[in-house]
Amino acid sequence: MPDTAPASVPASAPAAVPAPLVMPASGRPLSMRLDLQLIAEMVQPGTRLLDIGCGEGELLAYLTRYKDVDGRGIEIDMAEVARSVAQGLAVIHGDADRDLAFYPDDAFDYVVLSRTLQAVHRPREVLKQLLRISRHAIVSFPNFGHWQVRAQLLFSGRMPTTQTLDRPWYETPNIHLCTIRDFFALCADEGYAVEQWLGVDEAGRKTPWRRNRWLANLFAEQGLFMLRKA
Amino acid sequence: MPLSRPSPEPDEPALPASAEKGGAQPLAVAAPAGGEEDSAGGSADALDYPHQRIVFPQGLALDCGVTLAPLTVAYRTYGALNATRSNAVLICHALTGDQYVAETHPITGKPGWWDIMVGPGRPIDTERYFVICANVLGGCMGSSGPKEINPATGAPWGLTFPAVTIRDMVRAQKLLVEHLGIERLFCVIGGSMGGMQVLEWAATYPEHVVAAIPVATGAYHSAQNIAFHEVGRQAIHADPDWMSGEYWRQGVVPARGLAVARMAAHITYLSEEALTRKFGRRLRSGEALTYLDDIFEVESYLRYQGSTFVRRFDANSYLYITRAMDYFDLAAEHGGSLAAAFRRTSARFCVVSFSSDWLFPTATNREVVQALNACAANVSFVEIASDKGHDAFLLDEPDFHATIRGFLAACEAALSRPPRPPRARAG
Repeated sequence: MPDTAPASVPASAPAAVPAPLVMPASGRPLSMRLDLQLIAEMVQPGTRLLDIGCGEGELLAYLTRYKDVDGRGIEIDMAEVARSVAQGLAVIHGDADRDLAFYPDDAFDYVVLSRTLQAVHRPREVLKQLLRISRHAIVSFPNFGHWQVRAQLLFSGRMPTTQTLDRPWYETPNIHLCTIRDFFALCADEGYAVEQWLGVDEAGRKTPWRRNRWLANLFAEQGLFMLRKA
Repeated sequence: MPLSRPSPEPDEPALPASAEKGGAQPLAVAAPAGGEEDSAGGSADALDYPHQRIVFPQGLALDCGVTLAPLTVAYRTYGALNATRSNAVLICHALTGDQYVAETHPITGKPGWWDIMVGPGRPIDTERYFVICANVLGGCMGSSGPKEINPATGAPWGLTFPAVTIRDMVRAQKLLVEHLGIERLFCVIGGSMGGMQVLEWAATYPEHVVAAIPVATGAYHSAQNIAFHEVGRQAIHADPDWMSGEYWRQGVVPARGLAVARMAAHITYLSEEALTRKFGRRLRSGEALTYLDDIFEVESYLRYQGSTFVRRFDANSYLYITRAMDYFDLAAEHGGSLAAAFRRTSARFCVVSFSSDWLFPTATNREVVQALNACAANVSFVEIASDKGHDAFLLDEPDFHATIRGFLAACEAALSRPPRPPRARAG
């Protein structure tokens, strides 16, 4: 990460602003994953946001700089925490299963859980916490209903591995996989309103079938949802 | 490391590395009115040295109910205060530290205890920040403490010195900071007992702290830590030269007891890994085991630590300050809720722990983080991987130093940014 890259600081960056946290090479930081860009687009400027599983803090750095977001992060990998904090980001070492309970109600406008829900021990409890501490929850996860996953299991009889689910069963951190339709069903059970949703491909690009649940469930590699308490 | 030639820095056992670096040159600061400068020493023993200090004739009301007047605060400063008085960094020292952070110690001749962190171009850059460090209340490097003369009797206070708390230490620092003309500190930082003071600052003076960096610390002293301190205190009490705290009358010091206290405490500052790496089971001389010689290198090392400590530290001060640490319980000061202690703070926090620290382990530091989260405070928290134990905060830990550097830069940037517009409500 921090792309110490060069020269072409965007014209939009006022000179008085301190050194950017993530150095962009064009209007938007090239280093940011596409799925994070989709998330960034969902966030209103000047809001408070908690990014759970924030990695090296790409999204936080971007939102702090370009959307004046008061951003916090939680990350389980200590090396990534150290890099984030050294960049000046408010990141703590912790994990979603354990540490969300300590935040007060409605502490944030947004809480982001990107490609992490399937790896937590109690996803339902974590979702509940997300919507307790924040008004909106932005959640993305790999879609286990993707046709390749279905086809691999059906035809080979082995656990599927795809670009998104790229590790064998014995070493994957993903313990609670679900499909896009499963997630809709959970939201309905728990009474969460789906404010926005998208089917996206592995790189995080929006996909043409993103508006149809059945098609998205078959063709989208990931689901990206913004929820609120109904 | 050959133990026949002991480590050059007794407080920094694991690492001889930082010794060659030049310390920051202390600069005099023009002191506004508010107290009387006094550079003449008033203490009573061989450690006598004209520490830079300020006397507050009105004194300080202590938690124990006694008003200590006059109050003397010995301190050092490095760097220059800027025009807006917004670059002051207060460093809070640990149990046996002192105000000589980044310069040759006038009594031991050793480099400053945090030379590696504080100085020109260092993470706490004295070309950028105005750095202040005061000897704690109850200390023995010039601030009011049991070693100093009680004006009422003309003799050292000894055990008649009133009990002090971490909060009393912080209140004394606040008087000094005000005296230096500083309304709001850019940063308060400290490790161990220094970290306790940082937490106390954030709780007691929330509007006067921009950034707080509690390192390797906790919001209370654990039963295990109190137990270790008690061993040290009992060692001092058991020394016949202690004489119920009035050893100055006979011109002696309880060197044996204080050295044992230091040795026991020093073990808690290290880790098994660090001791194994440095000493293992090596014998100091020869192959044969004899009972009476200090055969293992680790023994020799501890004895050296003990013997050098007694030359610079006062036994009664050790008793008072260990007690202050033991009493510390920030949650108890706020109705049992640590989160309540931080409710009024707007400071940015950076909590740092070290993986091999068993005196203030990561879990203890994390409790502080959880309390800060409970009031949605702006907090960063990192556990630095190190095998050097509690003392790691004093040593060459590049990840730790990068963290401090990055955090301070971000706080500075946030400070210079125009105030945020009213929050846009999303959705």
